[in-house]
Amino acid sequence: MLLEVKDLHAGIEDKEILKGLNLVVNAGEVHAIMGPNGSGKSTLSKVLAGHPSYQVISGSVTFDGKDLLGLEPDERAREGVFMAFQYPVEVPGVSNSQFLRLAYNEKMKHTGGEELDPLEFNDYLKEKAKIVEMDPSFFKRSVNEGFSGGEKKRNEILQMAVLAPKLAILDETDSGLDIDALRIVAEGVNKLRSADNAIILVTHYQRLLNYIQPDFVHVLAGGKIVKEGGKELALELEEKGYDWVKGASNAS
Amino acid sequence: MSTTALQVDTAFADEFRSLIELEPDPEIKVARERGYKAFAELGLPTPRLEDWKYTDVRTVGGRQWAVGSSSSDLVDAHLLNQFSAERNGFTALNQAFGAYRVVRIDADESLPKPIELHFEAVDGEAIFPHVIVLAGAGCKATIVETYSARAAAFTNSAVQVFVAENANITHYRVQRDSADAVNYGVTEVLLGRGSRYDSTNINLGAALSRHDIDLKFTAEGGEALVDGLYMLGGTQHHDTHSIIDHMVPNCTSHQSYKGVLNDKSRGVFNGKVFVRENASGTDAQQSNKNLLLSNDARVDTKPQLEIFNDDVKCAHGATVGQLEEEELFYLLTRGLPENLARNLLTYGFAEEIVNKIGIESIKAELDATVLNRLNAKI
Repeated sequence: MLLEVKDLHAGIEDKEILKGLNLVVNAGEVHAIMGPNGSGKSTLSKVLAGHPSYQVISGSVTFDGKDLLGLEPDERAREGVFMAFQYPVEVPGVSNSQFLRLAYNEKMKHTGGEELDPLEFNDYLKEKAKIVEMDPSFFKRSVNEGFSGGEKKRNEILQMAVLAPKLAILDETDSGLDIDALRIVAEGVNKLRSADNAIILVTHYQRLLNYIQPDFVHVLAGGKIVKEGGKELALELEEKGYDWVKGASNAS
Repeated sequence: MSTTALQVDTAFADEFRSLIELEPDPEIKVARERGYKAFAELGLPTPRLEDWKYTDVRTVGGRQWAVGSSSSDLVDAHLLNQFSAERNGFTALNQAFGAYRVVRIDADESLPKPIELHFEAVDGEAIFPHVIVLAGAGCKATIVETYSARAAAFTNSAVQVFVAENANITHYRVQRDSADAVNYGVTEVLLGRGSRYDSTNINLGAALSRHDIDLKFTAEGGEALVDGLYMLGGTQHHDTHSIIDHMVPNCTSHQSYKGVLNDKSRGVFNGKVFVRENASGTDAQQSNKNLLLSNDARVDTKPQLEIFNDDVKCAHGATVGQLEEEELFYLLTRGLPENLARNLLTYGFAEEIVNKIGIESIKAELDATVLNRLNAKI
C-alpha cells in the first residue's frame, strides 16, 4: 500500500470540509477523484501536500509506511509526494532550470542519488522536456512568469518528470486548458505512468479521463467519498450529472 | 547652522584655500568659488530638512578627510552652470572640489565598448568625481559607473548626462563601497527629443549612502527607465531620492526600485514624478517594493506622483513585506528545504533588477554578491 487515508477530517479556518474520507492507493494505480465544486477535492490535495492554511482535525494518512501528516511539506516532497498545482505560482527572477536543479539535487541528497552540475542537469532536463513537448527556451525563463495557462500546466508535468515522485496528485490539471494543451499534458502523464508510481487525478470533468484512463474513480460529495467504481463510473457521472451522486449521498 | 556643519566647514576650509590658489582654469575657479560659497551657507544636510529626515550624515562631519585630487579637464562654463550645486551641502561641496571630467560621444557614433567610470577612494580620503557625459545626437553607448572604496572613505560624486536628440544611453551604476565608507552621489539627466535613457542603479555597499537622481524630459518623445536595487545588512543605511520631471508632452518613464533589508539596516526611497500642465500623453509608472528579512530592518518609502494634466497614463505604488507565503509553499512542495526556499525567493526578488544588466561579467559578479549576502549556494 502506497497511500492510506483513514477517516480524515480536515478544513480551513475552523470550517470542516473533509468529513471522514477514506482512500487506499497502491503503486501502479491511477485514481480519479471527481466531485462537484465545494465537495472537498482541492482540500484533499492541499492537505496531502501540507498546505499551512489547512488543518487536520482527525484521522490519519500513511504514505509508504510513514505518517505523512507528521512531515513538513518539503519532507513530503523529498519522500516522493508531488502535487501539480491548479494555479501554478510565478517565481520572478528565478530561472526554471535553476529551480528544477535545486529541487532535483535536494531529492538526490535525500535518496542518496547523484547530484548534477548545471551542464549535466541541462542535458537531463532537455530529455525530460520532450515528454511535454517543451522548448528549451523555457529553461532560462523565470518560473511560470509570463507563461500561458497551458504552458504553466506543462511546466508542472515537467517538474513531475524531473522529480519522479512515487505519488503525483494532479489538482485540476485540466482546468483552463484548450484541447491541444490537454492532449500534451495527458500524454505526458501517460508516459510517466509506471508500475512503481501512483497518480491521483483530481478533476471536476470527465474530459481528462478520455486521455488518462483511471483504474479507479471515486466520487466526492460533502467531504466524503460517496461512490466508487471503475472508469465507467466517470462516464455515468458525465451522463447523469453530480445531482445523481448527491442524491446517493443523502440516501446513505 | 549646526555645530556639525561648522566643524566640517573649517575642516574643508584649509583644503579649499590651497586648491583655489592653484586652480589654473579661470572658469572652473569661478565654479569652485560659487560651490564653496553655497556650501558655507548650506552646511551638510541635517535631519531637520524634510528631504533628509531619515538620513543622518553626521558621521561625515565627525572626522577629518584628506581631499583627493581635483585636477580636471577643460569644461565649458555653461556646463558647469547647469549643475544644481545648490541642491544640498554635498552637491555644493562637489562643485567646490570636483575633479571634472568630460566624456563626449560623437553624433551617430555607436560605441562598441562601455565607457567605464571607476572610483575607488582609500582610507581617510574624500573624493569628488564630477563627470559630464555629452551624448551626441543619435549616438548609442553604455556607461558603467562603479564605486568600490576600500575602507572608511568619503565619496561625493556627480554625474551629468546630456542625452541629445535620438541618442540611446544605457547607464549602470554600481555602488559597492566598503562597509565603513560614506557615499553620496547625484545623477542629473537631461533628455532630448526622441532620446532613450535606461539606467540600473545597484546599491550594495557603504555604511551610509545616498543617491539623488534628477531626470528631466526637455523635448517630446523621450523614454526613460530608472530602476534600482538596494540590498542592505548590518547597520547599513541607504537612501534613494529621485525626481523625474515630465516637462513636455509624450514622454515615458518607468521606475522600478527594490529593496532587500536584513539585520538592522535601514532603507529610504523617495520618488517624485512630476507631470507638468502641458505634458499630455505622458506615461509614468513607478513602483518600490521592499522585502524585510529581519524584524529590526526598516524602510521608509514615499512614491509621489504630482500630475497637472488629465491626458496621462500614470501609476505608482509601494510595498513593504515578507516573502509571499504561496510562493514559499510552492517551492517547499518541490522539496526545497525552507531556508533554501526563502533564499531562492529573495534572490529572485533581487535578480529581477540585476538581470537587467547586459554586461555578463558585471552581472555574474553581482549574482555572486547577492548570493553571498544571503549566505546561500544556488
